[in-house]
Amino acid sequence: MPETQQQISADEVAHLADLARIDLSAEERERLAPQLAVVLEYAASLDGVAGDDVPATSHPLPLRNVLREDVPQPSLTAEEALSGAPAVEQQRFEVPRILGDEQ
Amino acid sequence: MNDVRRTAAEAADALAAGETTSVALTQAHLDRIAEVDGAVHAFLHVDAEGALAAAEESDRRRASGAPASPLDGVPVAVKDVLATRGQPTTCGSKVLEGWVPPYDATVVTLLREAGLPILGKTNMDEFAMGSSTEHSAYGPTRNPWDLGRVPGGSGGGSAAAVAAFEAPLALGTDTGGSIRQPGALTGTVGVKPTYGGVSRYGLVAMANSLDQVGPVTRTVLDSALLHEVIGGHDPRDSTSLPDPVGGLVEAARRGAAGDLTGLKVGKIAELRGEGYQDGVEERFEDSLALLEKAGAEVIEVACPSFVHALAAYYLIMPSEASSNLARFDAMRYGLRVPPDGVDDPSAEQVMRASREAGFGDEVKRRIILGTFALSAGYVDAFYGKGQKVRTLIQRDFAAAWAQVDVLVSPTSPSTAFPIGEKQHDPRSMYLNDVATVPANLAGVPGISVPNGLHDGLPVGFQVLAPRQADDRLYRVGAALESLLEQQWGGPLLSQAPALEGASA
Repeated sequence: MPETQQQISADEVAHLADLARIDLSAEERERLAPQLAVVLEYAASLDGVAGDDVPATSHPLPLRNVLREDVPQPSLTAEEALSGAPAVEQQRFEVPRILGDEQ
Repeated sequence: MNDVRRTAAEAADALAAGETTSVALTQAHLDRIAEVDGAVHAFLHVDAEGALAAAEESDRRRASGAPASPLDGVPVAVKDVLATRGQPTTCGSKVLEGWVPPYDATVVTLLREAGLPILGKTNMDEFAMGSSTEHSAYGPTRNPWDLGRVPGGSGGGSAAAVAAFEAPLALGTDTGGSIRQPGALTGTVGVKPTYGGVSRYGLVAMANSLDQVGPVTRTVLDSALLHEVIGGHDPRDSTSLPDPVGGLVEAARRGAAGDLTGLKVGKIAELRGEGYQDGVEERFEDSLALLEKAGAEVIEVACPSFVHALAAYYLIMPSEASSNLARFDAMRYGLRVPPDGVDDPSAEQVMRASREAGFGDEVKRRIILGTFALSAGYVDAFYGKGQKVRTLIQRDFAAAWAQVDVLVSPTSPSTAFPIGEKQHDPRSMYLNDVATVPANLAGVPGISVPNGLHDGLPVGFQVLAPRQADDRLYRVGAALESLLEQQWGGPLLSQAPALEGASA
């Protein structure tokens, strides 16, 4: 049960960093691991606070399916959209290769 | 100096009476920035040219008798988390160093349409994650009351800019207290509007269900004036409320008369006691006595779930933040760094190396926390548990509104702390938000008004109101402000150090 867990280990931090796509150094993993215990304490402090009958709230407003009229509007030019890109080629975002990894 | 000491309302009156010009007013603030910002470091970017050009246009409108708004020509500073076309927007992060957005946030468009020259962009904790502005990748902002102390955060730059008379008005954003807590720590006024009352389009999101843009000023009336400029429906924000925002300036003017007869005020039983400095509690009691003298009825209200608000917040916020920050993938904008020693790296390897190089400690911490709280097998025990407690907090508010018109508490449990004291201790840093997060979880509006000093440092008084009853914040806030200023013989900030010739 996660509630009884006292620590998140450096190995678990490595796994989470992997999921979050961040190359954490070994030093960072060691340093972050004990700091992450704060979330376990917070979660443990909420044990039994809300019963099964309490619904979850994801948002402060009960808004649903907010759509605007389907009317064409001005948008960014290609140059504007590309203005912050790290690399551009032929009016497109140039990115590193996406194939060839272990997957 | 006279020009920069004016409140925004006074500056607007002086412009309307032809006693000053927007160019003179804007230049005076640019001069003040040049003089004191080396020590305060409230600004990440100053746009003298753009501000003066906007000021010239404003003066032309005034001369032709057609000002665009009551605040036309009054300069403003903007937190660096809001997109500004043609001006850098870094969010206090190396990831966005040098990024110049090709579009304006809706609130920035509204500022421009109302004729407010934009002085520049203010410092903040990276991606608004923090309560001290020490987590900015560009160095901390210093508290104008004591340059060795933090101004609060994440909007420490906006609060310090206003407190140091570098700008009469600023915009902030508040996810868990990032407008109100810096207000308390710098002796300024900060308002978190009702969720959905101000557009979030162009606000670089930390936690979408909690973030809200709001005013940062020296007086309650000035916040009302700015709130009326930025508030209202925006079709570009799907969480924007359809109703117009108004009556705030009127409420502030009415409140300033100091009569609160018939008002029912609830002091929140759970937001005091352990963890609150004695001086903060004493100022709070003094202010309650003033409200009673003004005719308000003060009762204690129990909000039993509020003791769990901080825990729920620190489960929900990192979950949303980790999802939001996935957009910084080094592909379409932002920092791109190739990994060391890899020939022909893949997009994923570049992404990992870029995020490692670009994000600071606190951002990494929250991404990892959020990834954990949302990961398979844990989501019910962490994120889901926080969401249920969020329901209980909303129920506490609903029950309170059946008894009282507004709820009150100290804004922050402590006054400004020394730079470096809590920077590497997330647990004690997060406690700064204990009194401010319930409002974000429920979407209700809140204001912080300076209500005195403790050991020479400002203390803040928080007022909360039901959703879309933001006018009550201004009525009560302005009443308290005017009663306190009668006691002090002037604004609290007149007791702050002058800063001329100060150096960090």
